[in-house]
Amino acid sequence: MNVLLDHFSAFRDGFIGTLSITAVSAVIALVLGVVMAGFRVSPVPPLRFFGTAWVTLLRNTPLTLLFLIATFVVPEILFPGMSPYVLGSLALGFYTSSFVCEAVRSGISTVPIGQAEAARSLGMTFSQTLRTIVLPQATRIVIPPLSSIFIALTKNSAIAGAFSVVELFGWQKSMSDLGYAIVPIFLWVAIGYLVITFAISGIFRLIERRMEVAR
Amino acid sequence: MSASVLFDAPGPRAVVRNRIYAVLGSAAIIALLVVSVVRLSDKGDLAFGMWDIFNYSGIRQNIADGVVATLKAFGLAAVGSLVLGVILVVGRLSDHRPVRWLTTVFIELFRSIPLLITIYALWIGFLTDYSMWALALGLSIYNGCVQAEVLRAGINSVPAGQREAAYALGMSKTQVMASVLLPQAVRAMLPTIISQLVVTLKDTSLGFIILYPELLNSARLIASNTPVNGLYPYVSTIAVIGTIYIAMCLALSALATWIEKRGRRAKTGVAVLPPGQQELQIDPL
Repeated sequence: MNVLLDHFSAFRDGFIGTLSITAVSAVIALVLGVVMAGFRVSPVPPLRFFGTAWVTLLRNTPLTLLFLIATFVVPEILFPGMSPYVLGSLALGFYTSSFVCEAVRSGISTVPIGQAEAARSLGMTFSQTLRTIVLPQATRIVIPPLSSIFIALTKNSAIAGAFSVVELFGWQKSMSDLGYAIVPIFLWVAIGYLVITFAISGIFRLIERRMEVAR
Repeated sequence: MSASVLFDAPGPRAVVRNRIYAVLGSAAIIALLVVSVVRLSDKGDLAFGMWDIFNYSGIRQNIADGVVATLKAFGLAAVGSLVLGVILVVGRLSDHRPVRWLTTVFIELFRSIPLLITIYALWIGFLTDYSMWALALGLSIYNGCVQAEVLRAGINSVPAGQREAAYALGMSKTQVMASVLLPQAVRAMLPTIISQLVVTLKDTSLGFIILYPELLNSARLIASNTPVNGLYPYVSTIAVIGTIYIAMCLALSALATWIEKRGRRAKTGVAVLPPGQQELQIDPL
C-alpha cells in the first residue's frame, strides 16, 4: 500500500502514459492496417505483394527488435533527436498494424461472394457495393478480433517503458530500484493494466451490441 | 482476381486502370526504399566496414552464442508452457468448483498482465541471479495460460458423443481426458499451438530487458563494442539479427502450415483447424 501512497503522482503519470501511448499507437495501427488490408485485397499485384511483405515481416519480428530499430535506425532515415515517445508509438503502431490488416482482410473475405454478385447484378456501382453491402458486414465480423488486438497492444506498450517512455512498466522499474517490495508493486501495476484492458473490452462489447442486426 | 467479393472480373478499361495503379504503386514503393537507402548511406551506415564486421570469427561466435541462448530459453518456455497449459486446462474443466474457479482466476489474471511486467517481477523478486529462469518461467506462465485456452477450444471442438461414449464404456474421468479428449484437442489445435509457440519464440527477446544474453542483447553488445571509423554499426547489426529472427519464426510458421495441410489430407474424422481461426479469439502478441 505504501508504495502507491508514497509515489501516487508517479503512478498516475505512468498510468496516463500507458493510456496515451496505447491510444496514439492504436490510431497509427488502425490507419496503416486498413490501408494495408486495402492493398492486400486490391487487384493490383505490386500493392498486394507490398501488403503481404509488410505483414510477413512485421509479424515475424520481435517487438523489442522493432523498438531497437525505432531507436537506432529510424532517426538515421528521418531526422535525429526524435523523442522516445514518438519512436515508441511508431514501433507499436507499425507492429500492431500487421495484425489489424489481417483482421480486416479476413473480415472482408468472410462476406459471402454471392452478396457482392447480387449487388452488382442489381446494378450497384463499386462504391455502393462497398458502402452498403460489404463493409457493414465486414465491420461486424472485425469488431471482436480488433478488441483482442487492442488489448494485446495495451500489454505490448509495457516494452516502451524499457525504452525510456513514461508508463507503468517504468514505474515498476523505478519503484523496485528504490527498494520497495516487488509483490505489492506488481499488484498495483497489474491493477492498472486490468483497468485499461477491461475498459477496452467493455467498449468493444458495447459497439458490438450497437451494431447487432437481426438476421 | 475474378472470384473476389470486391471486384468483378476486370474489363478492358479496368485492366488499363489497374496497370496504371500498378506502375504508380511500384514507383512509390521503390521511391520509399531508395530514399531510405540513400539516407542511410549518406550517414555512412552502409559502408563496407559496417558489414565487414560479420566476417570476424569473434562476432560470429557472439551471434551463435546469442542464437543458442535464445533457443535455450525458447526450449524451456515451450516445454513449460505446454505442460502448464495441459495442467491448467484440466483444472479449468474440473468438476470441483474451487479448482475451476482458482484456475480461471489464474488464467485470466496472467493473460491480462503484460508478460514483461511478470518477467521483470520474477527477475527482481525471486530470480535476480538467474535471468534465464526468470525469462523461461515468465514465458511459461503467460503462454501456458494462452495454450490452456487453445486446448479448451480444442476440447470443445470434439463432438460431445465421444465423451458420452467413453463414459458409457466405463472409463474414468482421467481416462476420458487423457485418451479421448486431449489427444483430439491437440490434433485439432496443433497449428494454433505452434502459432503460439512462434509468439513464445518472439517473446524470448524480452530477455533483452532483464539482461539475459540472448540474441538481441548480443546484437547490442556487438554494435556498441565494435566502432567502425568512429561510427557504431547499429544498422547493419540490426539488419543481420532481424533476418535471423524472421528466418526462425518463418520456419516455425511453415511447420504449422505444413501440419495443417497434412491434417486436411488425413481421414481421421477430426478436423485440423487452421491457425487463423482461433488465433483471432486469442490475443496476438
